[in-house]
Amino acid sequence: MTSKRIGIESSLAIAEAVKLANTDVIAAYPITPQTHIVEGLAEMVANGDLDAEYIPVESEHSAMSACLGSSAVGARTFTATAGQGLILMHEVLMVAASMRLPIVMTVANRALSGPLNVWGDQSDAMITRDAGWIQIFVENGQQAFDQVLCAFHIAEHPDVLLPTIINVDGFHVSHVIESVEILDRKTVDGFLPPYKHPYALDPDNPVTMGCFATPNMYAETRKDLDAAVRNSKKVILEVWRKYGDLTGRHYKPVEQYKADRAETLLVLAGGYCENAMDAIDKMQNEGKKVGLVRIRLWRPFPYEDMVQALSGASNVIVLDRAISLGGPAPICSEIKAALYSIDRRPHIASFVGGLGGRDVSPADFEKIVDLGLEHIKAGREDETIMYGVRE
Amino acid sequence: METLSIYVPKLVTKGEYIASGHRACSGCGEVLAVRYVCKALGRNTIISNATGCMEIISSPLPESAWEVPWIHTLFENASAVASGIESGIKALKRKHGYTKEVKVVAMGGDGGTADIGLQSLSGALERGHDFLYVCYDNEAYMNTGIQRSSETPFGASTTTAPAGKNSLGQHTWKKNMAAIAAAHNIPYVATSCSSYPFDIMSKVEKAVKIKGPSYIHILSVCPTGWRCPSNLTIKMGRLAVETGIFPVYEIEDGKYKLNIDLPNLRPVEDYLKLQGRYRHLTKDNTAIIQAKAIEEYNRIRQLSGLKAIK
Repeated sequence: MTSKRIGIESSLAIAEAVKLANTDVIAAYPITPQTHIVEGLAEMVANGDLDAEYIPVESEHSAMSACLGSSAVGARTFTATAGQGLILMHEVLMVAASMRLPIVMTVANRALSGPLNVWGDQSDAMITRDAGWIQIFVENGQQAFDQVLCAFHIAEHPDVLLPTIINVDGFHVSHVIESVEILDRKTVDGFLPPYKHPYALDPDNPVTMGCFATPNMYAETRKDLDAAVRNSKKVILEVWRKYGDLTGRHYKPVEQYKADRAETLLVLAGGYCENAMDAIDKMQNEGKKVGLVRIRLWRPFPYEDMVQALSGASNVIVLDRAISLGGPAPICSEIKAALYSIDRRPHIASFVGGLGGRDVSPADFEKIVDLGLEHIKAGREDETIMYGVRE
Repeated sequence: METLSIYVPKLVTKGEYIASGHRACSGCGEVLAVRYVCKALGRNTIISNATGCMEIISSPLPESAWEVPWIHTLFENASAVASGIESGIKALKRKHGYTKEVKVVAMGGDGGTADIGLQSLSGALERGHDFLYVCYDNEAYMNTGIQRSSETPFGASTTTAPAGKNSLGQHTWKKNMAAIAAAHNIPYVATSCSSYPFDIMSKVEKAVKIKGPSYIHILSVCPTGWRCPSNLTIKMGRLAVETGIFPVYEIEDGKYKLNIDLPNLRPVEDYLKLQGRYRHLTKDNTAIIQAKAIEEYNRIRQLSGLKAIK
């Protein structure tokens, strides 16, 4: 393997990965904070560094619709979006999954209106949970670069054929210049097989895509899709193993940080994990038995990995960067569901914080742990605590 | 007619690309138009179909009436899907040794074109993709039960713009989609009607030969929604043209040409009186429609460099 390590903005590292994947079609609409990704790609196409069709569509709905078309004829297809753009795409996302079109998309996670807020949180990712896409969270530019390459491999695998989202924190990761190891073309070509959709739209073998289903057929199609999403985990693990062997960077559905023998585990997804790590380092130095569990794979939801990671702890403290208005916080409710069937369940405290770009610093994570333990002690586990919000 | 019956089999392919056995209503003019469009396109075609009558009648899982590759995704995005297909094929040709010459066609009804799909159509026309868009205009949302669209004509009664004591039904005039398409400065725009197979086929052949986007708007008779006998489909389309209600013309590089040039128009009454959707109209209402038909017809004549008629 050959590579070079450079300082690069995460968005541009993502664009580099899309270029190295020799992507055929990019259809995108500008939206903060994902714009640097597609600006980077547009520049590569304009300069001849990437031989691709760049479709500057008139909306995100059309961006994803154009992706359906290009993926359906067998072209490797990429787009990127964020926040409002992602939810404008929503109708089309469901179709991409049901048609088994392996589109790869990065989402620079952003808050949802209203009020209008272009800054980061995971509301857009959480509301996209049930779309039938494989969904992966990353925490920094290197992971974003790596996972985009892995995403093409996973999505286009003949046993998978599912669209895949890489969730990248808006601004806090997307706009940060980091040290990223960029693989060379030859290495990527050796890793990523060419895309060939087995049922592409082709006049020599005409297929009908997008039939409607009556009550007599619909449930079977959904069951089939659900099985496909669940079964994709096998290939995800295979691809991550292959990538780990190649680069030394190993990815897992649920990743731990200093979590061995920890009595209390913080759980979250995305870039704020790195702030939480600083907090864990400090707390462990002070003798506190606190560790961190990071969610890498969000769909298919890694039940066994989650149970394995959490079942040894006494207390679990979950931070959601999204709010389910009038209901339990999304990540926490899934974790509670995953743990329900085990005999000795840890206590759980649920926090919502970091909404609309609000920082959650290492010091905040220390406070979250203290506050969470207080709530558990007081028997108030059924409450969702909004952290760092003025009353 | 005698001459035609000799030459027709030689002029028109026997190939069918939408199979019989689909679930269209009896007398459906739209599926006739689709059949002619497909005959003119031939087998090297990929169709992106908006949600609507033609999608519903042709693709109940696990069956399909389509003998060309066909994709239906959503209601408002047939043009955007077609842009992706066209771009995907371009990239495959340049990078991956793809050699087929494929005609990319998007199609939808009047709702999927003039209402919910207008933005994606406008985007695809503006970006200059090499594709044909065909609007099959049956003048309302027939698939969902005859609700008004922006293509429903003035005075027609529909389920969401019904005629009543305080309403004559639709109180707006048809949205002029041909002019909207032409305003994108695309090379070819045409109107046609399901009762004129040769006009449809020759226009489709012309459109797909032209590089860049083209748009064909086909008035498609719907006996179910227009509330007329299903054996009058062909006659009804001809009356729409012969009364001047629906002029058949082309706009080639911005230049108008009236294709069916009728120096004497039949009274609109001949057309309106055969349809239940106009049953409630008074003589005064009909006079308004008559005046508007002549005005619009003369506007197209004038744009085509022809003298006005009375």
